[in-house]
Amino acid sequence: MKISKEEVEHVASLARLEFSPAEIETFASQLSSILEYVEKLGELDLAGVEPTAHVHEIVNAFRDDVVTPGLTNEEALMNAPYPEDGCYRVAKVIEGE
Amino acid sequence: MKWELVVGLEVHAQLLTDTKIFCGCSTSFGAPPNTHVCPVCLGLPGALPVLNRKVVDFAIKVGLATNCTVARMSRFARKNYFYPDLPKGYQISQFELPILEHGYLGVLDDGGAPKDIGITRIHMEEDAGKLVHPETPGADYSHVDLNRACVPLLEIVSEPDIRSTGEALQYVKKLREILVYLGVCDGNMNEGSMRIDANISVRPEGQEEFGTRAEIKNVNSFKSLEQAIIYEQNRQIDLIEDGGKVVQETRLFDADRGITLGMRSKEEAHDYRYFPDPDLLPLVIEDEWVEAARDTLPELPDAKRSRFRSQYSLPDHDADLLCQSIDMADFFEEIVTLHDDPKAASNWIMGYVLRDMSKDELHSVKDAPITPSHIAGMLDLIKAGVISSKIAKDVFDAMWATGKEAKVIVEEKGLTQISDTSEIEGIVDEVLAANPDEVAGYRGGKTKLMGFFVGQVMKASRGKANPGLVNQLLKSKLEG
Amino acid sequence: MSSELTLKKGHELRALLDGGEVSSVEVARAFLDRIDEIDSKINAFLTVTADLALEQAEAADKRIREGRVKPLTGIPVGLKDLLVTKGVRTTCASRILENFIPPYDGTVVAKLREAGAVFPGKLNMDEFAMGSSNENSAFGPVKNPWDLERVPGGSSGGSAASVAACEVPLALGSDTGGSIREPASFCGIVGVKPTYGRVSRYGLIAFASSLDQIGPMTRDVKDAALVLDAICGHDPKDSTSIMKEATDFAGALSGDIKGVRIGVPKEYFVEGLDPEIERAVKDAIAKLEELGAEVKEVSLPHTEYAVAVYYLLATAEASSNLARFDSVRYTTRVDGSDLIDTYKKTRAAGFGEEVKRRIMLGTYALSAGYYDAYYRRAQRVRTLIARDFAEAFKEVDVICSPTVASVAFKHGEKTSDPLEMYLSDIFTIPLNLAGLPGLSLPCGFSGEGMPIGLQMMAGPFREEVLLKTAYAFEEATDFSRVPGL
Repeated sequence: MKISKEEVEHVASLARLEFSPAEIETFASQLSSILEYVEKLGELDLAGVEPTAHVHEIVNAFRDDVVTPGLTNEEALMNAPYPEDGCYRVAKVIEGE
Repeated sequence: MKWELVVGLEVHAQLLTDTKIFCGCSTSFGAPPNTHVCPVCLGLPGALPVLNRKVVDFAIKVGLATNCTVARMSRFARKNYFYPDLPKGYQISQFELPILEHGYLGVLDDGGAPKDIGITRIHMEEDAGKLVHPETPGADYSHVDLNRACVPLLEIVSEPDIRSTGEALQYVKKLREILVYLGVCDGNMNEGSMRIDANISVRPEGQEEFGTRAEIKNVNSFKSLEQAIIYEQNRQIDLIEDGGKVVQETRLFDADRGITLGMRSKEEAHDYRYFPDPDLLPLVIEDEWVEAARDTLPELPDAKRSRFRSQYSLPDHDADLLCQSIDMADFFEEIVTLHDDPKAASNWIMGYVLRDMSKDELHSVKDAPITPSHIAGMLDLIKAGVISSKIAKDVFDAMWATGKEAKVIVEEKGLTQISDTSEIEGIVDEVLAANPDEVAGYRGGKTKLMGFFVGQVMKASRGKANPGLVNQLLKSKLEG
Repeated sequence: MSSELTLKKGHELRALLDGGEVSSVEVARAFLDRIDEIDSKINAFLTVTADLALEQAEAADKRIREGRVKPLTGIPVGLKDLLVTKGVRTTCASRILENFIPPYDGTVVAKLREAGAVFPGKLNMDEFAMGSSNENSAFGPVKNPWDLERVPGGSSGGSAASVAACEVPLALGSDTGGSIREPASFCGIVGVKPTYGRVSRYGLIAFASSLDQIGPMTRDVKDAALVLDAICGHDPKDSTSIMKEATDFAGALSGDIKGVRIGVPKEYFVEGLDPEIERAVKDAIAKLEELGAEVKEVSLPHTEYAVAVYYLLATAEASSNLARFDSVRYTTRVDGSDLIDTYKKTRAAGFGEEVKRRIMLGTYALSAGYYDAYYRRAQRVRTLIARDFAEAFKEVDVICSPTVASVAFKHGEKTSDPLEMYLSDIFTIPLNLAGLPGLSLPCGFSGEGMPIGLQMMAGPFREEVLLKTAYAFEEATDFSRVPGL
């Protein structure tokens, strides 16, 4: 499985990462060799094998609908790079996602 | 060419739990920004979600009321995308295995024939926070408030079965009514408790294949829904008839202008990279849980309406209005148990209670200053002839204003109807004596003047004279 | 006295404290002095919290005087710097969290505070626990106390090195694909990876949520049992933590392993295994047999697929777990031309190369069109790997193998080829995929004097037989040594 530079750029954009052209080259080659290695999973016959999302067969963990103390506004903002008016300030979002 | 409209709706309903879906923070509105927050809903490193059992209870009830199948096993998944109001960089939602599937709601098509609108799925998810854009002119920044982050939502996805604005409106109204009946959502669309995205397309009538659809976001009232559908339908038809093509896109509804707008930014196509959330366990719902939820279901709106029509002999219009909320229906039924005249009770509710609730902007009749016993007491007084219907209107206003019972108001204000023949006779005589010309006119054949005399007598008695007696006495004096 | 104190193990310190021979403050001072003296050589600590430690030590002395003593009261415990600690800088060895001061305690940290433990500081690691050599720390690599030219292993390299160098008697690490066992092996100490769900993950900054577990790193098995008893247990804040009755692992260390069935997996003794290591591990197995255990060969046929499965699942989860580092609520922000650009610049500057590589791989594996081929396929092979263990544990109680195929390698030796680095985890990864408990303990030394680790693995929640077997081996041998720094 060869991964192209364009694919690396697309994935970088999905992951909100930015790379120099040289880094893109390096990643394209490293990711290609890793993906080539994982191709070996294709050797296995997986008919009837269910995926494992949780390793133990446990289900249903709940909490009751009861208010518990949280953080103060000061605590919530103590690590914020740009706190303002009790909020986190960010650059304006352009409509759309 | 004739075109057919095809609409599918995605409704997000905010659930009325006390706490958020995955943490113990309060869901109440109106707190200062970022004060109903904790490590979990802020998405702090290391924090983990734990599911609020009540959200599941609520979802099961909604599923039963919308004819869905409750999945024995469902799963939470992460929907990955970056947005500043989404603290973790992913939203915990459900994807491959939602809790509810295969439901429907009945509506009437434009020809009046019953049809079902399919519900593809209903799933649980967390809400995002809120971006506040400062009023400062030219401000190129936003403020993030995460009080709403992690508040529980149900996303209710319909099949593309809707063919007209009428069907769309009925579907959403029915859905809203059910959610409110179940007590799981307050249904306040203007506060964002219910938000609608509409998938709209058109196709030539008779064509089986669907046209390309546009997803319209930000439709937050019934009026907007109607406008958005009509606007989008016309836009698409015009586009195609002019030789253009509808592109699959997300558009925003602009309620001020009643139009839909394409979004400015051209981000790459969404790739949400859903996968099962390893922090949450599979949710398994055994039959016992479903049955227990079924036992707590209230009588649902359709059943209640039909019972009101048959049990109380009410016209459709009355039954519809009274059954719009459980609170109102209960209010009505309580009046009737105290004073057995369903139509009178219904008339007073429709004419006056609803009027004053809307004047005072009350969402529920439970918040009204009067109770069913106020109305029943007033109806008792009317029936007993103690007050006239006309006086009763004043009594009603006084009850609403003071919260006092009808009897108390009638006594305090001396509003008891005069049914004493001799007292009324005196007033009648005075009125006749004071208006000799009209008396002559009447006797000369102008019988329409009867209304004038009645009015004068009522005025002189300050409305308290028994109108039947007044009529009877006037007639005998003028004609006898 | 001071230097002697730092040579003591946790349970030895317990006895000294309870006997009134030393105070918690004296113990804390001794270890803080040791850190001061030698940490510049090994770079195990990212943050030293001397004031906090002395304050806790004073409180511990008070508790001891009042007779409210728990097993870890007054004993220093080093914390891997991905354990969220209220009021103490917690960096995950990443630039992006360089100044992050958590407003809350994770469950394990809270339990240790509650037990009266003393926190001398936060330990270096591979950034976001991604690495096998501790060369991926944004704050410089950790050196192996046995040979400063060599790596301590990773990702809990700071935890392993600090314990080996007697800077702390006890430390916590975390293990996602071997991150406790591999550095324990490289540094000649004991490291236990508990059953998935045994220890709460609340407050463990996640790398791969379905694999991560916190565990003890100590100088002997008894200490490991003491720490494990203190940190395990159900936590309502972690949905994946398991309801189990209270444990007494320390009390179960009888030294008697007669009848314990030991499995030797043939897939772990293959080409590429260092002959010195093979010999040491086989000798260890012979020793266990001598002590009364029954030894037989077992098969874990899907072992060769584990690394591929791991690097798809772990990176996919990581790509999502690390999305929260977006410079809105915490983390250093690098302003860009617009919001998206700010995200990209912040993350590009804040994450190191290995972290970015894994985010890229994981994002790719989850992206549209590839999910079934990569992520779901990997989940299905994970099922086969878990089945291998389930089958094997029908036959045996404990499976013994080398922890790593080599001793600690030199700095820079494997950094150019990520895949080669990933493959060095081949013996530790399968256990995480199966969610099972395992440990590494010293079983010999190479010709160059580097420690060799013996890995023991057991069925779900069978930490007791694991620790019991390890303890018996430790009692019968003499591989627990202190490097001459």
